[in-house]
Order: sequence, then C-alpha cells, then structure tokens
Amino acid sequence: MKNREVILSTRSLGKYFYDPIKFKVLDNISFEAYKGEFLTLVGKSGSGKSTLLYCLSTMDTSYEGELFINNEIITGKKINELAALRNKSIGFIFQFHYLLPEFTCLKNVMIPALKLGKYSYKEVEERAYNKLDILGIKEQALKPASKLSGGQQQRVAIARALINDPAIIMCDEPTGNLDSKNAQIVFDTFKQIAHEFGQTIIAVTHDNDFSQSSDRTIELADGKIISHEKKNN
Amino acid sequence: MKKSINTDIAFTHIITRKRQTLVAALGVTIGVGVYLFMNSLSSGFGTFSKGEMFKNSPHIKIYKADELSLPLISSDSGHKAVIINPQITTNSKKIINPEELLSRIKQQPYVVNAIAQVSFDAFYNRGKAQLRGNGYGINILEYDAMFKTGKYIVAGSLNRLSGNLNGIIIGSGIAEKLNLGVNDNITVTSSYNVVKVMKIVGIYSSGNSLTDNAKSYMNISAAQQFIKEGPSYVSDIFINVPDADNSEKYAAMLQHLTAYKVEDWKTTNADVLATEKTRGTLMGAISLSILVVAAFGIYNILSSTIAQKINDIAILKATGFAGKDVIRIFLMEALIMGFIGTLMGLMVGSILIAIMSTIYMGGPVGYFPIHFEPALFAKSTVLGLFITLCAGYFPARKAAKVDPVEIFRK
Ligand SMILES: Nc1ncnc2c1ncn2[C@@H]1O[C@H](COP(=O)(O)OP(=O)(O)OP(=O)(O)O)[C@@H](O)[C@H]1O
Ligand SMILES: [Mg+2]
Repeated sequence: MKNREVILSTRSLGKYFYDPIKFKVLDNISFEAYKGEFLTLVGKSGSGKSTLLYCLSTMDTSYEGELFINNEIITGKKINELAALRNKSIGFIFQFHYLLPEFTCLKNVMIPALKLGKYSYKEVEERAYNKLDILGIKEQALKPASKLSGGQQQRVAIARALINDPAIIMCDEPTGNLDSKNAQIVFDTFKQIAHEFGQTIIAVTHDNDFSQSSDRTIELADGKIISHEKKNN
Repeated sequence: MKKSINTDIAFTHIITRKRQTLVAALGVTIGVGVYLFMNSLSSGFGTFSKGEMFKNSPHIKIYKADELSLPLISSDSGHKAVIINPQITTNSKKIINPEELLSRIKQQPYVVNAIAQVSFDAFYNRGKAQLRGNGYGINILEYDAMFKTGKYIVAGSLNRLSGNLNGIIIGSGIAEKLNLGVNDNITVTSSYNVVKVMKIVGIYSSGNSLTDNAKSYMNISAAQQFIKEGPSYVSDIFINVPDADNSEKYAAMLQHLTAYKVEDWKTTNADVLATEKTRGTLMGAISLSILVVAAFGIYNILSSTIAQKINDIAILKATGFAGKDVIRIFLMEALIMGFIGTLMGLMVGSILIAIMSTIYMGGPVGYFPIHFEPALFAKSTVLGLFITLCAGYFPARKAAKVDPVEIFRK
C-alpha cells in the first residue's frame, strides 16, 4: 500500500479551548489520509476526536497548524469557499442523524446535490433513489424524514452524505445508536464505498469491531496521536 | 425554469408552518390595510378641499397690492420734513392697461387659462329687503372654462349672460332669501351708490353657502359701471396653470411680466394648507407606526422559526450552504409572509375605502370624498414589502451566523 494518493493531511494541527480555562484540546496532530482509505479515529471520551473531526471538516476554522485537502491548503480560506468545498468534496454523517424533518427522505438526500447544481433536478432525483437503494431504504423514499426509525434515518443521512460523490466522508460515531444488524449494514457500505468507489472515510468511533475491521486506526489521547495502527493488508 | 433549492426550502418551511405564516401575514394585513385606508382618507379629503378651493379661486392671482403712503417731501431736500403716518394710499387698486398684460400672460406657453375680473361690494335689494354680497364682472364663458361654473347652474343658463349687459347670475342663497327666480328683476346697489335693476338670467348653487349667499356674476362692463370706472379697469387677473401643485414656480415666472403682485394659491391659502399638511403628517405617522408594529410580528415569528430550526440551519451549513444562502432562505420566507399579508391588506383597505365612500356626510361634501388611488396602492405595497424585508433581515442574518460546530457539539 505504498505511494498512495494523499487526499487529506494535517501539519501540526493544534487547538485551544478558552472556556472555562485555557487548555490545549488538540496538540501537534499530523497525519495523512489516503484516497480509498477507511480510517477510524478512536480514543477515550474527551480525548478530542470530535474536535479534530470538526477541524478536518472545515467547519471549525479556529486552529493552528495547517490542513490540506487534495494537496490544496484549506487553512485560511474564506468561509464561502469552505462552504462550497464541503458541498462538493465532503460528506457528513452525524451521530444524531440531523435530517430536515419537514422534507421527505428523498428530498433530504437531494438537497446537497441541488445545492451543488451539477445535475438537473431529474438526474439528482434518480441519483438519490440510487443511493437510497444501496442503503436498502428505497421504499421509504417518499416518507417524511421524521416518520422513520433511528436506524432508517441514519441510513438516509448516509445516503445524503454520498449524494455528491464526495472525496471524503466524515462521520462522528455513525453506528453509535444503531443495533448490531444496522451497524453491520453501515459498516459494509463504508467498506464498499472506500474500496470500490475510492472515496475516503474518516470515522470517529467507540465501536471496537468497527475500528478493528477498518483499514487503519488512529488513536488519540489528551489531544495527541498515540498510535497510527496500520493493518497489513 | 430551475427552481432554486433555497426557494424550495423557504416554501417548505412556510407550508409546514401555516399557522405562524398566517399570524405574521395578518399583522402585515392590518398594517397595510390601515395604512392604505388612512392615507386614502387623507388624500381623498385633501383633493376634495383643494377642489373646493379651486371652485372660485384660481391657481394664480395678479392684483395691485396695497401701497403705503410716503412722506410728501423727501428728507434730503434741505427743507423741513413733514411728518405723516404712513398708511394705505387711497389710490385706486386698478391694474393699468389690463388688456395688454392679459394678452401677454395668455402668450405664455404654461398658461392654461387667464381671465380678468372686476369685483365690488354689492347690495341686493328687493323692496325693503337688502342682502350684502359681492358682485363680479367677468366674461362668463372664459370664467366657466376656468371654474366650471356651468356645473352649478340650477336655473337659467350661463349663455344668456354673455353679451347681456343687464343680466346677472345670482347664488341660490340670494334667490331664496329674496324670493327671486329666473327672469325676475333684482335691484343691485354698489358702495359707490350706483343703482341698477338687473334681470336674473341664471341661478347657481355651489354647495358652499358662503358663496351661494353672497356672490353674483355679471359682465365686466356692468361691474365697471358699478364702481364708476372706465373700460380699462380690472381688479384681478386670474390664471390657471397645468399643475396646481407647482403653482409657485409659475407665479415666479409670471412675476417677471408685471410689477403687480403675483400670488399663487398656496400663498393665499397658506393657513388651510398648513392645517392640511399637519393632518396628513398625523395620519401618515399613525399609519406608519401601525405598519412598524406589523413588522415586529414578522420579526418575532421569523426569530422563533430560526430558533426552532437551528439544527436544520447547522446541517444546511455543514452540507455546503453559505451564509448568504441562509439569509436568502429566511428573507424569502419573510417576503412570502409579507406578500400574503400585503395582498390581504390591500383587500382589507379596499373594503374599508368602499364602505367609507358610501357614507353620506351631507352638505357640500356629499358622500365621503375617498377614492381608489393607484398611487397609494402602489405605495402601500412597496412599504409593506419593504418593512417585511427589513424585519426579516435581522433574524435572517442571525441565522446565517449560526456556527454548526457549536450546534453539533450539544
Ligand atoms: N466548546 C467547548 N469549550 C470548551 N471545551 C470543550 C468544548 N467542546 C469540547 N470541549 C472539551 O474538549 C475536549 C475534547 O472534546 P471532544 O468532544 O472532542 O471529545 P471526544 O473525543 O469527541 O469525546 P466523546 O468520545 O465523548 O465524544 C473535552 O475535554 C471537552 O470537555
Ligand atoms: Mg465526540
């Protein structure tokens, strides 16, 4: 697995919180994520995993050090540029699904693509159906998002994250409140996305099975990387 | 056409929150409705009273102003000065060479109408009964062109006066009090003790009792005889211009033509206009305040929508919506509410105007002088939408500043 293409990297990333007291939540984080890699971030509660993910996501810009995506420096870009970049290149999956409740599942999936404006409405609809199909919830497409079970909502959120075929998909505990069967579906989907479509997945998780079967696991403790465990595959 | 996703989201929010939308829209409805109604009232009444004014006074009047007497001997002559009290001269108030002035005025391109008038204090007698009033010597056809006197003739006709040196048209009040009708004779006396028996050729009723009880019209030469003046005597020249609202501009231009006093109706009626302006301002201020209160409705509803939708806003921003998209979404929602509200407000206003216009006020006013004025409808619409935009902007900007990270951490 040498000479793989780097899709995202950080250089000495650090971050402070000032409230209630100043403390360094991320300390000298430098790592690389490769194209088509299924990467997991683990660590004890409070170790800074979510905080790191938000920095990588470009939503949090108050850090020191540098962030690169696609060999391009992201640090210091304007917020509108960052929004456009997220729309095109980054998909998000949150622990608490966060669908827009008054829209149908289908529309929820379509929204980032309509925002991107690359495809016509019809094409976007078709693609959204396709993504929902991959996740096994095509039948729920026209239901309002609020009428779905937690697991179903999570899968709609995954479909939404995939709609623009982003280079990177980031998730914060994507299986946190799924049963083992649903967790397995999500896990298999991630593997497929990474290995078949060459998209990179960066997932924060507490789930040992989940991290163990990923390509690589980075472990954080007190805001520092303590291991870059590499699988030998 | 490709519908923008921002519009789509805005409409979905509006549709799924019908009640809040309606409440916000109703606020605007009341605001716009009241604004339209009050301003129509004010404008309708203003137009009416202006019309009343122009029934028998022109846009611009030329007359000879009173002169103050000067000391008989100038003080630099080395003689002893005679001290006198300056006072109004007894010089006649006539305009010299009115024909020439009138024809020069008529040549001005902006002059719609110009007529000469001779006025005098008149006494109408029948037997021992006597009424005080004013007689006006005019060319009746020109006068009619200016003041539409023909509209108010209730008996006889205007035409019978033209060329009839002995004819007179009197107000209905005079006719009633002296119990006179058309073709009856009336004895008219002037303060110069000229007495003439004239034939009533017409009776008018303008609705204004002050006019109807006092004023009579006759030919210029008849009036000149009453004040023992020759055919060149004229007391006023009346001028109408195309645009009464700009009369002062035309008055200034006319002043170049003559040394006599040129006075526009705004100067003459300054007190009336000031009252009117005060009333208009008052109405405007009240109705605008109501509109502002309505805007607060929009502000409130939108603020609460945004507070409730803060997660949705965070997710939109996370998936690539920029701050300006969020502003657009919520401004659009405000505009939809404002648009619905404004439309309903225009309808409510129209209904109020329609009802008001059926109320009979009596006297010269008749039905309440209120009309559907397109300009006011346009103004209400623009104001309604503008105020909702302003009210929507602040919550929308707050929404645009939502930090998604902060929301996701919770
Ligand atoms: N807004 C904030 N202000 C101050 N401190 C914060 C803030 N958010 C997080 N922290 C602190 O930063 C540290 C890292 O938080 P973070 O949420 O990244 O942990 P985590 O590794 O994701 O934990 P978990 O596994 O419980 O989700 C914690 O000690 C937390 O208390
Ligand atoms: Mg976390």
